[in-house]
Amino acid sequence: MTGQVVDYIYIVSAALFILSLKWMNSPATARRGVFAGEIGMLFAITGTLAAHHVFNWQWILAAFFIGSAVGVPIAYIMPMTAVPQRTAMSHACGALAAALVGTAEYYRSVQLHTPLATFEMVALVVETLLGFLTFTGSLMAMGKLQEILPSRPLTYRGQNLINLTLFVIAAGLGIRLILVPADAWIFPIFAGLALLFGVLLIVPIGGADMPTVIALLNSYAGLSACAMGFALNNKLLVIAGALDGSSGLILSIIMCKAMNRSFTNVLFGAFGQIQASKAAVDQRPVRSASAEEAASILEAASTVIVVPGYGLAVAQAQHKIRELYDNLMRRGIDVKFAIHPVAGRMPGHMNVLLAEADIPYDRLVEMDEINSEFAQCDVALVIGANDVTNPAARSDTSSPIYGMPILDVDKARTVMVIKRSMSPGFAGIDNELYYMDRTLMLFGDARAFVAEIVKELPARATA
Amino acid sequence: MTGDLGVGLYVFMLATFVGLEVVRKVSRLLHTPLMSLTNAISAISVVGAILITGAQGATALSKVLGFIAITAAVTNIVSGFLITDRMLKMFKKREGPK
Repeated sequence: MTGQVVDYIYIVSAALFILSLKWMNSPATARRGVFAGEIGMLFAITGTLAAHHVFNWQWILAAFFIGSAVGVPIAYIMPMTAVPQRTAMSHACGALAAALVGTAEYYRSVQLHTPLATFEMVALVVETLLGFLTFTGSLMAMGKLQEILPSRPLTYRGQNLINLTLFVIAAGLGIRLILVPADAWIFPIFAGLALLFGVLLIVPIGGADMPTVIALLNSYAGLSACAMGFALNNKLLVIAGALDGSSGLILSIIMCKAMNRSFTNVLFGAFGQIQASKAAVDQRPVRSASAEEAASILEAASTVIVVPGYGLAVAQAQHKIRELYDNLMRRGIDVKFAIHPVAGRMPGHMNVLLAEADIPYDRLVEMDEINSEFAQCDVALVIGANDVTNPAARSDTSSPIYGMPILDVDKARTVMVIKRSMSPGFAGIDNELYYMDRTLMLFGDARAFVAEIVKELPARATA
Repeated sequence: MTGDLGVGLYVFMLATFVGLEVVRKVSRLLHTPLMSLTNAISAISVVGAILITGAQGATALSKVLGFIAITAAVTNIVSGFLITDRMLKMFKKREGPK
């Protein structure tokens, strides 16, 4: 096959990738989208193998074999609650691949004494810089999500200054490499700094900011693949990388808007260490209730809105919630789920968990659509969500989350909050919601408590 | 600005705008699967990794780095597409009889 034919195959692949994303616009066509993506990938790989005179087959086949042997179990065994970690890991893998290809290409050019053209060097430096920093950054994010590393932000004095200095040095070395590509001794230092920068960039970021950070890392991984496309003069890589880059960018913008924060604030703001300024409020009384009482209130309701949050994922309560949902729906009670864009640890996290539990997706309602319904709803049941329900975001200008769009849970006739204890949420901010007269605190593990409520309910359900 | 670089930049610019428009329309329900799908797609970097590993007279360093890169990219392709499909299968409109 000649090189020209493979160019046509790449065009078809690129079109299939675009269609693949386009079909993600609705759950009805989304699986077709995955199929289109798979075919596009198959075309691209077979086209590449057929068109170029490829050597070292044993290496390539072995890598394909190992990659598939690792990938298949990941896809099928990984519990849905671990999806954020898996996503961070795959950002790390993608970025590593790009960075290593860039590294190999650079050393090949040095060895063969065929210096790369300036624009190829620019692409290569961008590719390796983004690739290496995204690699370690994603590993850190994965460690935090898996809770191997503390998910609280780690901060120290002069952090931003050190990070900035490090980045400037790395970028400076990169520019030096572009100007004098033959200075191979610079490359390892450059790569090392990029790796270190990735670690330091993510260390100060707390769990609540993970949705934005994961989306941003997604974007970086895409852009490094895109830079690889420039370095290798391969348009398909440019297109696929640009699609990934823009997707990550859009998601991170959505996440930022949902928290009323800017990029710089997420990356350099270290959200979590807000001093618990109002320590005194902890002493205020709250009303708590038992599962039995909660069940009887739910039974008497005609509309219920469930507000899920990260606590639901931690407690793996989605299947028990499905039982509660079934039970209430059978009684003719209208049950909906209010999904805040940043609920959970990655964009769309709650939707996937509730879908896993077989809750139909037309019951999952976005914040903007459901907020007007809280005032007419009998019970708002908050499960493992905190900051996204805090009315202080609307009223208290001194609150660190002031201005963040929230779910108007406090407008419901009765609010019930399932929570382990009165400890403040991730951002360390006390929640006014818990002290309202209409609020009942249900203390306990989300899964166990929902199970108890369901147990109290069925007495008359089967009748 | 002519030749490969110029064409490449045009392609990049157009693909970015197409990406922004297409992704903007993706249902919010599907943002998690979207991310794993774009992840799998951007593992197209496997093409670059194959070319590096499979080049005639590739050095040991190239082969080792390329090998790791292919492994990482193929892991992303396989797990990315499969887990996206697994997630999408779970999104159902109305519950049928249990």
